[in-house]
Amino acid sequence: MKKEFIHIKRDKISLRIALLMPVMLMLLFGYAVNTEVDNIKTAVLDRSKTQESRQYIEKFSASGYFKITNYIFSEDELAELIDTGEVRAGIIIPESFAIDINKNENPNVEIVVDGSDPTTARTALSSGVMVSENYSQNLRNKFIDKMGIANSLSFPGVKVNVKTRYNPNLETKKFTIPGLLGVIMQNITVLLTAFAFVREKESGTIEQLMVTPVKAVEIITAKMLPFILIGMVGFFASLAICIYWFKISIVGSVTLLILLGLLFVICSLSLGMLISTFAQNQTQAMLGSFIILLPSIILTGFIFPREAMPPFVSAMGNVIPLTYFVSILRGVVLKGSNFSQLLPHVIPLASITVILLTIASLRVRKSLD
Amino acid sequence: MKSLEFAIEIDNLTKKFGDLIAVNDISLKIPKGTIYGILGPNGSGKSTTIRILCGVLHPTNGSAKVMGYDVVKSTEIVRQNLGYMSQKFTLYDDLTVEENLSFFARIYGLSKKELDERKKELIDLAGLEGREKTISKNLSGGWKQRLALVCALIHKPSILILDEPTAGVDPVSRRIFWSIIHQLANGGMTILVSTHYMDEAESCDYTAFIFNGKIMAVDKPSALIEKEGANNLEDVFISYVERASGNKIQTDFTKMKFLKKGDEVGE
Repeated sequence: MKKEFIHIKRDKISLRIALLMPVMLMLLFGYAVNTEVDNIKTAVLDRSKTQESRQYIEKFSASGYFKITNYIFSEDELAELIDTGEVRAGIIIPESFAIDINKNENPNVEIVVDGSDPTTARTALSSGVMVSENYSQNLRNKFIDKMGIANSLSFPGVKVNVKTRYNPNLETKKFTIPGLLGVIMQNITVLLTAFAFVREKESGTIEQLMVTPVKAVEIITAKMLPFILIGMVGFFASLAICIYWFKISIVGSVTLLILLGLLFVICSLSLGMLISTFAQNQTQAMLGSFIILLPSIILTGFIFPREAMPPFVSAMGNVIPLTYFVSILRGVVLKGSNFSQLLPHVIPLASITVILLTIASLRVRKSLD
Repeated sequence: MKSLEFAIEIDNLTKKFGDLIAVNDISLKIPKGTIYGILGPNGSGKSTTIRILCGVLHPTNGSAKVMGYDVVKSTEIVRQNLGYMSQKFTLYDDLTVEENLSFFARIYGLSKKELDERKKELIDLAGLEGREKTISKNLSGGWKQRLALVCALIHKPSILILDEPTAGVDPVSRRIFWSIIHQLANGGMTILVSTHYMDEAESCDYTAFIFNGKIMAVDKPSALIEKEGANNLEDVFISYVERASGNKIQTDFTKMKFLKKGDEVGE
């Protein structure tokens, strides 16, 4: 039994990872696991442009649930912003807003939410209705104070119409399953390559390779190709289950999805490859993979909206490739986004891939020094 | 290629790992077409020197040339000229004999035609006929070792470097292996080999003794025995170690049987 403790003590890297991981994960998850969404990015289309409408909008930002990020001039613009995921909600105020209120009538305000993320959408809807209720209540109270309760049949107030873009029934299934596809792809591909070099290191064959004129790039390419194939077969299988078993139809282009899936598979394989170049044995490769895979489930917005996370936690999600692929999957599957709408996700994903591959190649040095 | 007298030239080579000096100012010249043996206790710097020659380790000081090319500056050319086999027969266990050969052939950029030709020659040389489809994991030690050897020969190197190639191999396999080595040397190949077997060392053209990272003596085996006035190379080896370390070593294994409990050993 003493021998076992000694083994663990000697493998300092594994020991460190094993001890640090619970602390790190507790802190991260503690902040990240949060279903309370606030600061929902919102665009406002104010057709009234009056003091009244501005006061009404002010109530939205004051509630804390909404963060007004864009002032726009057309409904098309709103649709575009929601499509690209730049905003999650939109408020459309009619031209007659101020006039109606002053005539004690009820103007129709429209709240549009992005249903591809049901948690955020529900929060936006309920708090949007609540904000409007409060606003109307205030108007009514003032009106009664001024006119007395018996003097009128109609009271001023706001009528809210809600509209959900994509996933109108706010089905959680449609939100989680495309994301799940990404999570599964990531886990499998990273683990596949994480052991690629470790096995050669453990068997000593890496030394035999090093005395040959083979280049680092050649080794990496050769190691990745079979896994790219395996990864893509896995991707097709998962995609088929998503469509035929869970009956989630893909709104956008399947070809686009497959091409970006390929990019993601290459990216994950490079990540595994990088872990593999650092690890000295299989235990380290395993732990190293987990330290990246576990947080990715939480930090990438797969379950919990990233908007709800504190800035430093959501910033950590920015460096995980899966974050972008989850957005891409949701974009194509639910929203039917096209390539240019996905660019804000594709560019970082491609950049991360290039960076990972470069570092991995440099790490596969030809020297044991 | 330049016409050279020496296949390998090592000049004042030093390699340090932190405070440890593994190789201490070694100089060697290995004539073309000879079998050159390196002898020395475990940890004396044999493997380190060999790894530097293969371009796997970088020297701290000094230089080494293989076929006239500097191992640091022209690593790629050196590697094309050199076959290397380490003490753990590093082959891919889950590949067959043929697949292992083909793999290394492709790494060295052999064409399909060259490969087929070469494969036949080498399988013949190693006596592996009939085992082409055997998974290498299932080969016995002697076969594995010969497979590792011919894998290192696939690209027709002019120099072959062997790091304790026969460690843990039975006497018959050892003899088959060495007959192949001599066959290769007769064909003009230069062979550098480290070993702990004195009978093997005695069959080399030259032998160098390394101790604590330094070369103690280099000569023909017969000349070394004569110089030390010893019976065989093993006694030469032991007397060098005794002199360098200042410790007396019990030389006769059969005498050890008669040591009583409490007797001091090796003092």
